[in-house]
Amino acid sequence: MHNSDKFNIPLGPQHPALKEPEGFSVALKGEKIMGMDIRLGYNHRGIEKACEERTYIQDLYLIERVCGICSHSHSTCFVQAVEEIAGVQVPKRALYIRTLIAELERVHSHLLWLGVAGHEIGFDTLLMYTWRDREIVMDILALLTGNRVNYGINTIGGVRRDISPKQIEEVYKGIKTLEERTRYYIEVATQETTIIKRLSGVGVLSREDALRLDAVGPTARASGVNRDVRRDDPYAAYAEIKFNVITDDHNDVYGRTVVRVKELMESYAIVKQCLKDLPEGPITVKVPRKIPAGEATSRYEAPRGEDLHYVKSNGTEKPERVKVRAPTLANIQAVKHMLKDRYLADMPIVIAAIDPCFSCTDRLVYLSHCEPPKGVKQSQKRDCFASLAMTSRFKNAKVMSWEALRTYSIEWHRVHGIDFSELNNTFRKRLEKR
Amino acid sequence: MGLIKKVVTWARIKSPWILHFNTGACNACDIEIIAALTPRYDLERFGVQLKGTPRHADVLVCSGPVTRQIEDRLVRIYEQMPEPKFVVAVGTCSCTGGVFNGCYNVRGGISSVIPVSAFIPGCPASPKAIIDGVAKLLASLAEEPKKKG
Repeated sequence: MHNSDKFNIPLGPQHPALKEPEGFSVALKGEKIMGMDIRLGYNHRGIEKACEERTYIQDLYLIERVCGICSHSHSTCFVQAVEEIAGVQVPKRALYIRTLIAELERVHSHLLWLGVAGHEIGFDTLLMYTWRDREIVMDILALLTGNRVNYGINTIGGVRRDISPKQIEEVYKGIKTLEERTRYYIEVATQETTIIKRLSGVGVLSREDALRLDAVGPTARASGVNRDVRRDDPYAAYAEIKFNVITDDHNDVYGRTVVRVKELMESYAIVKQCLKDLPEGPITVKVPRKIPAGEATSRYEAPRGEDLHYVKSNGTEKPERVKVRAPTLANIQAVKHMLKDRYLADMPIVIAAIDPCFSCTDRLVYLSHCEPPKGVKQSQKRDCFASLAMTSRFKNAKVMSWEALRTYSIEWHRVHGIDFSELNNTFRKRLEKR
Repeated sequence: MGLIKKVVTWARIKSPWILHFNTGACNACDIEIIAALTPRYDLERFGVQLKGTPRHADVLVCSGPVTRQIEDRLVRIYEQMPEPKFVVAVGTCSCTGGVFNGCYNVRGGISSVIPVSAFIPGCPASPKAIIDGVAKLLASLAEEPKKKG
């Protein structure tokens, strides 16, 4: 075979290394990856559209099924947006219970990831170990919510189940065992030669690239980006809870492993704080079925990174628009970059390292009339948003430069009562510090 | 029943190799299937092993509603499996379409595309339910020749 020849191999939608249906077309030169195309959409079910046809309460359960691993993340993110529109003050006890479930979910998700990562590098013992221990947290979740996955604990205005002192005892017991086991995993992840050698230098993403490609969650934190919605924009009870944001500067898959394993310990600490400070009081307030007109965006630190929901209400009992931006969509761009000029054998672990969830990611953006109208230069053709702005539907819209868009958005938020000047200053200071 | 047939049936029941295929599920059933294969539930004690390719598999374990995009891939994978083959639909979505019934990109349950041997409902189906379903499927394989004979 000619050495200079590039050839394409398709990976997926069904492939032993992939747990979900997604297609990759990898351009190879020998063993080296020259480039790749990602084809998503096998998991697209049309949840956003379905949300518009159902009531808010029904949507809650539908949104929970965007993803079965971070189901609480999606439902909390959605419910926060709806509560913001409705102007509901959620009882404190409910917020603490939400935080508690969120952290337990993070524990189960990170343990799951550690096992999958072990599996992808041929270390199946680790898979069996972590999944055995993961059952402890699954038991706790089943005890508190009634289901192992898709908890259904959230409702608009609070939570559906209260926690009894007896349950708290059980949770403490489980967490104690998990802490012990996690200490062992930290030891394995940071000292085991096989893991260090296999994961170091694989899937490198520098800090600059992480910022440029908008990586989120543990993927970004392992590249030294100190970013966590729980601390930066506290929701639920996080404002009252002390915890550390774990970062690492290895920039590779090894760093991502370390970040996730250490985050487990932080999660245990948060769970214990939640249980200790659990306030007394009601767990839910009554919210009318019809939500007043308005729109809201809500952010949430899911186990995989920042989750974003946008809800627009028109005053009826069904939302007008629901938009989900899952963390994997932000991270998937980075994968392409990480794999460039790397070996094909690294592909499974590099993809697994961002902890991808394609059922979260498969949302749809439909750009009508992508062909530019007459008079638009060919060079502008690729810019779909530019042509979108010129279609009949957006006749009055204009194309903005990035700087103009930024100024416009700052102004828009100022009019709506949000002042960014202080935030900008803190950002600048933080950047200068580094 | 001839001796060879007996041996083949015995071998089939003692080592059903499975292929897991996500046809548009939310991951919940998928992780429960994997959980059923790990130490707490240990489906492997029935000889069940997870395989990477349809050509090695006897049982296709599907999760999730069939999306329009995955439909012809599912059929293609089903056709690649050697006879005799069995399909297990795990989770309410794969049984009937579940909450996604009526979504514009969803065809419905697995049985709307390929024949299904066992349905395991639940959202998600718990590992215990999955083990129960698989055990019942295996038991039915043992009975089948008797009915015919």
